[in-house]
Amino acid sequence: MAQQTGKTQVGTWIGFVLIMLWCLFPVAWIISLSFKSEGETGAGSAQFLPKEPTFDNYKAIIDNPDFTRALINSFGISLIATVLSVIFATLAAYAIARLEFTGKRLVLSLALAIAMFPVVALVGPLFDMWTTFGLFNTWPGLIIPYMSFTLPLAIWTLSAFFREIPWEMEQAAQVDGATSWQAFRKVIVPLAAPGVFTAAILTFFFAWNEFVLAISLTSTTSSRTVPAQMSFFVGPDPFNPPYAQLATASVIVTLPVIVIVLLFQRKIVAGLTSGAVKG
Amino acid sequence: MTATVAPEKDATRPGRSGRSEKKPASDRSTAENRLGLKLVAPAVVLMLLVTAWPMIQALYLSLFRYRLTAPDDRAFVGVDNYLTILSDDQFWKSTLTTLLIMVVTVAVELVIGFAFAMVMHRIVFARGLMRTSILIPYGIITVVSAFAWQFAFSLNNGFVNSWFNWLPFIADDTNWFGDYPHAMFAIMVSEIWKTTPFMALLLLAGLAQVSEDMLEAAKVDGATWTQRLTKVILPNMRAAIMVAVLFRALDAYRIFDNIFVMTKGAEGTQSISFLTYRQVIEQMQLGLGSAMSVLLFLSVLLLAWLIVKLFRVDLAQARGEG
Repeated sequence: MAQQTGKTQVGTWIGFVLIMLWCLFPVAWIISLSFKSEGETGAGSAQFLPKEPTFDNYKAIIDNPDFTRALINSFGISLIATVLSVIFATLAAYAIARLEFTGKRLVLSLALAIAMFPVVALVGPLFDMWTTFGLFNTWPGLIIPYMSFTLPLAIWTLSAFFREIPWEMEQAAQVDGATSWQAFRKVIVPLAAPGVFTAAILTFFFAWNEFVLAISLTSTTSSRTVPAQMSFFVGPDPFNPPYAQLATASVIVTLPVIVIVLLFQRKIVAGLTSGAVKG
Repeated sequence: MTATVAPEKDATRPGRSGRSEKKPASDRSTAENRLGLKLVAPAVVLMLLVTAWPMIQALYLSLFRYRLTAPDDRAFVGVDNYLTILSDDQFWKSTLTTLLIMVVTVAVELVIGFAFAMVMHRIVFARGLMRTSILIPYGIITVVSAFAWQFAFSLNNGFVNSWFNWLPFIADDTNWFGDYPHAMFAIMVSEIWKTTPFMALLLLAGLAQVSEDMLEAAKVDGATWTQRLTKVILPNMRAAIMVAVLFRALDAYRIFDNIFVMTKGAEGTQSISFLTYRQVIEQMQLGLGSAMSVLLFLSVLLLAWLIVKLFRVDLAQARGEG
């Protein structure tokens, strides 16, 4: 705004400080907590900063085979689900953005409905099915539902992106004798890559965060992801949870999120609001 | 959780108008039709495999008395499971709790999110820094948010009591997980903290659409700030607000993670999702649990329908294909 008065500028400054506090303060709190010693939290430590900062919790967490295993599971499951989901979504979104075919609206409505689906409602039947098929407590047992639930988001994001692509180029390729498929592969894929990347980030966030299925469809550390593992990590005394170690685990699983956000901030915002800008 | 709302179908799109004028039975359009179906088929099959099929199975199982620990005892009971649930106090209590969480969190998020969006819209400095920061709560795992706030509210290890004990309703020994109102407050704080940024970003996108010229004109005509807000800004971003409310309300209605971590459903804080989970996974009541799953699914449908009807959300726009 060109002519901001002094008063609104002060307001904007205050707002800025408040937003930064809102976003970063709880993160600072778990970081601070992760440096408190077990003795300190055991005795009760109500102040914000640790009395004697220590790295002991980080050592303990990294030496904890259950946690490192959960980290591997989380990374593996989230990455595989992301890659597969984005591949299928790219195909579908291309068809939706570009081609005329029967049932197109049905596909979009289906995606919208599934995005709003109450995941817990599936826990029972999926548990039953997965035990029958031997998928219970395996990586594919989580990857498959994660793909299903991230597809709607990926399809929406991608079809919004695909509509922005200069399609004359595709037609030019077709005029030059390329088939629909060749036009898709040689012309559109390179143009669509940024959108695909954005969809991948959002999909990864979903899989990384997912909790209901992670606790319901796993039973051991062989496929439990970090959120599930953390919720079962109660330590020896159920009435006194290992605060500092849980905070440390929290910091470690938040690191990838922060790295992704720092690197791809623009893409994420564009993906989250793509379409809403025009809707 | 999805916020993506595809852009409305633009009639001006090059190529499209020419294509639809084509004769329907031409070879080209048959090939296009076939290719389109081929491309969407894998995604559709995957989406249905994990939703429609299990839902049909849930519908079937819900008609049986079926406990996984006693499979031989399985027997057809008709709609008995539904009657049991619908006449159960716990079911209605958790439905109320869930609705309370939904209404309060969405209302608070809407107000704070709008304030955040206004600041982000006006700010001329540090835009990148702010957008980066606001994405951190969005990206953080809900379980981590739940732990962070559980510890903040903790009696022995939290800072909330010692920092805010000057407030009339907070003392040094306030037990935030000892009764219903306090526990609900803590749960809502965690939920609101994590999801407000999402709301703010959607509203920011809506705000960017309000024309500066119109605001300028209102200003010249002597409209006060409040008038400009209620007569120009809000009506012009109605679509964005409604889409944000729809998505967030349905998301809040499914609340599970925060409750699981923070209270494990103690003090009556069970949400409807938590109750269903408990029936199925902890008690292995597959019959009863499936009936609850069906009811949960139906209540989400009803809620979505109500929101769309009540607020007249333009789903044709949200669907992107009018």
